[in-house]
Amino acid sequence: MTGPSFHRPVPLRPMPVFEAHDLGCLRGERAVFAGLSFRLQAGGLLLLTGPNGAGKSSLLRMLAGLLRPAAGGLTWDGAEVWDDLGAHHERLRYLGHGEAVKPPLTVAEDLRFWASLRGAGPAEVDRALERFALSGLAGRPGRLLSAGQKRRLALARVTLGPAALWLLDEPTVGLDAASVERLAAAVAEHRARRGMAAIATHIGFPGEDAQVLAVDDFPPIPVEAEALEEGAW
Amino acid sequence: MSRAATTVGESRSLHRFANPARFVRIADAVYPWALAGMAVSFLIGLYLALFASPADYQQGDTVRIMYVHVPAAWMALFVYATMAAGSASYLIWRHPLGVVAAKAAAPVGAVFTFLALATGSLWGKPMWGTWWVWDARLTSVLILFFLYLGYIALMNAFENAERGQKAASLLCLVGVVNLPIIKFSVDWWNTLHQPASVSRIGTPAIHESMLWPLGLMALAFTLYFLVVLITRMKSELLGARLRALGAAAAEGR
Amino acid sequence: MVGGAFGALVARDLRLALRQRGDALTVVLFFVLTAALFPFGLGPEPNLLARIAPGIVWVTALLAVLLSLERLFLADYEDGTLELLAQAPLPLEAVVLAKVLAHWLTSGLPVLAAAPLIGLLYGLPAEGYGVLLAAMALGTPSLSLIGAIGAAVALGARRGGVLVPLLVLPLYVPVLIFGVSAIDTRLQGFEGDASLLLLGAILAAALPLAAFAAAAALRQAVE
Repeated sequence: MTGPSFHRPVPLRPMPVFEAHDLGCLRGERAVFAGLSFRLQAGGLLLLTGPNGAGKSSLLRMLAGLLRPAAGGLTWDGAEVWDDLGAHHERLRYLGHGEAVKPPLTVAEDLRFWASLRGAGPAEVDRALERFALSGLAGRPGRLLSAGQKRRLALARVTLGPAALWLLDEPTVGLDAASVERLAAAVAEHRARRGMAAIATHIGFPGEDAQVLAVDDFPPIPVEAEALEEGAW
Repeated sequence: MSRAATTVGESRSLHRFANPARFVRIADAVYPWALAGMAVSFLIGLYLALFASPADYQQGDTVRIMYVHVPAAWMALFVYATMAAGSASYLIWRHPLGVVAAKAAAPVGAVFTFLALATGSLWGKPMWGTWWVWDARLTSVLILFFLYLGYIALMNAFENAERGQKAASLLCLVGVVNLPIIKFSVDWWNTLHQPASVSRIGTPAIHESMLWPLGLMALAFTLYFLVVLITRMKSELLGARLRALGAAAAEGR
Repeated sequence: MVGGAFGALVARDLRLALRQRGDALTVVLFFVLTAALFPFGLGPEPNLLARIAPGIVWVTALLAVLLSLERLFLADYEDGTLELLAQAPLPLEAVVLAKVLAHWLTSGLPVLAAAPLIGLLYGLPAEGYGVLLAAMALGTPSLSLIGAIGAAVALGARRGGVLVPLLVLPLYVPVLIFGVSAIDTRLQGFEGDASLLLLGAILAAALPLAAFAAAAALRQAVE
């Protein structure tokens, strides 16, 4: 897939649907959210909002198949995601808090490694470099990159290889205005190819027709009420 | 959990994981019987072991150490097996009580193991003339002791209690696979290094007068384990409940 | 596809280890230095040293491998690489084996290469060298594999560096016993000893066990 594919959208799958039903999340002994549902269609953008500690990152990790929901289910085209985690991992790209940049590896080496895992060719590596204005830094080792440059490298990695679902955790943090624009363009192009994206953000993200999901709208039942109700203790 | 909570909304009622009311009911029913049984079997067992049973014709009164040593060694293995079962049920079926039981059992098992080592050493001094020999059995029990300590250390090494539970459960299962290998290798090592002459002492046919106190002491040790296990599990569950309430209160929800 | 990804991962870890070239060198230096300390404590009597040489080589090799275990997963865990690897198109079990292979190539293999030097310093008889190398070739991969389990379960733990040895050393006992006895029986003039076979059996058992257990631990760590 070389060159801009704006004019000739290539559908990844006919019309995939990604759905969450009544998700519940426990972190340690604390219930974070419960009863959370959404439905994301091909080309859709889901913005996860909410204050710190509402569970945006936890939700994104659930969607990424890293964290098993304490309750509820996640389906892709009606099939439970946890029944075939490998297939789910194949179709998604995840950006977490860590940039996974290795100090001794150059930017190009880093991208080439992940490209080889994802089955992407050298052309895609070049394109990813260009897309996030990293071409000039291709030979620079990770230890000499600034925080924003590391973030751009991590974002460039997301664009490698075809993927139906992008999951980005606070992708704009540490980015300058120009880089945010580049990211927004990349997400728009991904959506134009019928890809979906779920983005956790507390400052908003530029994108058309975004579904907004406020994670703090789904609080769990307070523990006192439940304890009173059950009366077992 | 109650019907009411289910109808309120299964999905929002996440705290059911921390409400093992059924376990507490069963445990409360078992506890007094276990306690009484333990007291009786300890009294009779100790009387038989220390006074009523005959001294060994070879070992003299030293043989009475065996009435503590042998049950302790059995318990060392039995408790580890219990922990492994609990860890497996936790990791495979995600049953939270499994790890609570394993966590509660670990220090008890470590103490039994230490008791087996210490009494073995006390017995070894008059018999072998030294506190410690690198006997195959002693050495593998020593390694079992370190496995217990590793489990406890790992369980408590995490800020997030759940991580500790999962990691330690995994370690416990790996230990189960390794225990026979360790035992086997130590046996092999031992026979390589010293000719099989000293280690013949261990297993003469046991006379009935010794079998009774041994059996009663084993029963007493098992019931003691059960009593302590129930107490520790209940306190662990109450602690978890308390932390959950505290966290909720701190958030003002 | 999986094969290519496996190779890419091993190559990346080796490249990282070579660029930070201190690591492998430190392990070998630690190995030689620790082994060289024993004569100071025991006295320079040649017969004694020759007799304990197999034990010294194995114990110090085991400690040297242990020293490098912490870095096996820790950096990847801290910078988020592990999360990405958990979603890579190869199973996490294969990720574990790839990283263990890279670890062995940069710790077990250098130690193996330096082992004859220790034998020389301790006056190990000439017929012992072949079996020493064979035993270490079979035994040191098991050390890396078993160690990977310990390193994986201790990820994110407080005092992880002290914890890993406590967890791993008891599990190393069988490798130590058979590694030493392989050399000892050969030196006593026996042929066709079973110890080497048993070392091979331990390696064969440790391969799947470590892959599954360490992968399960890594999954917990990235949760």
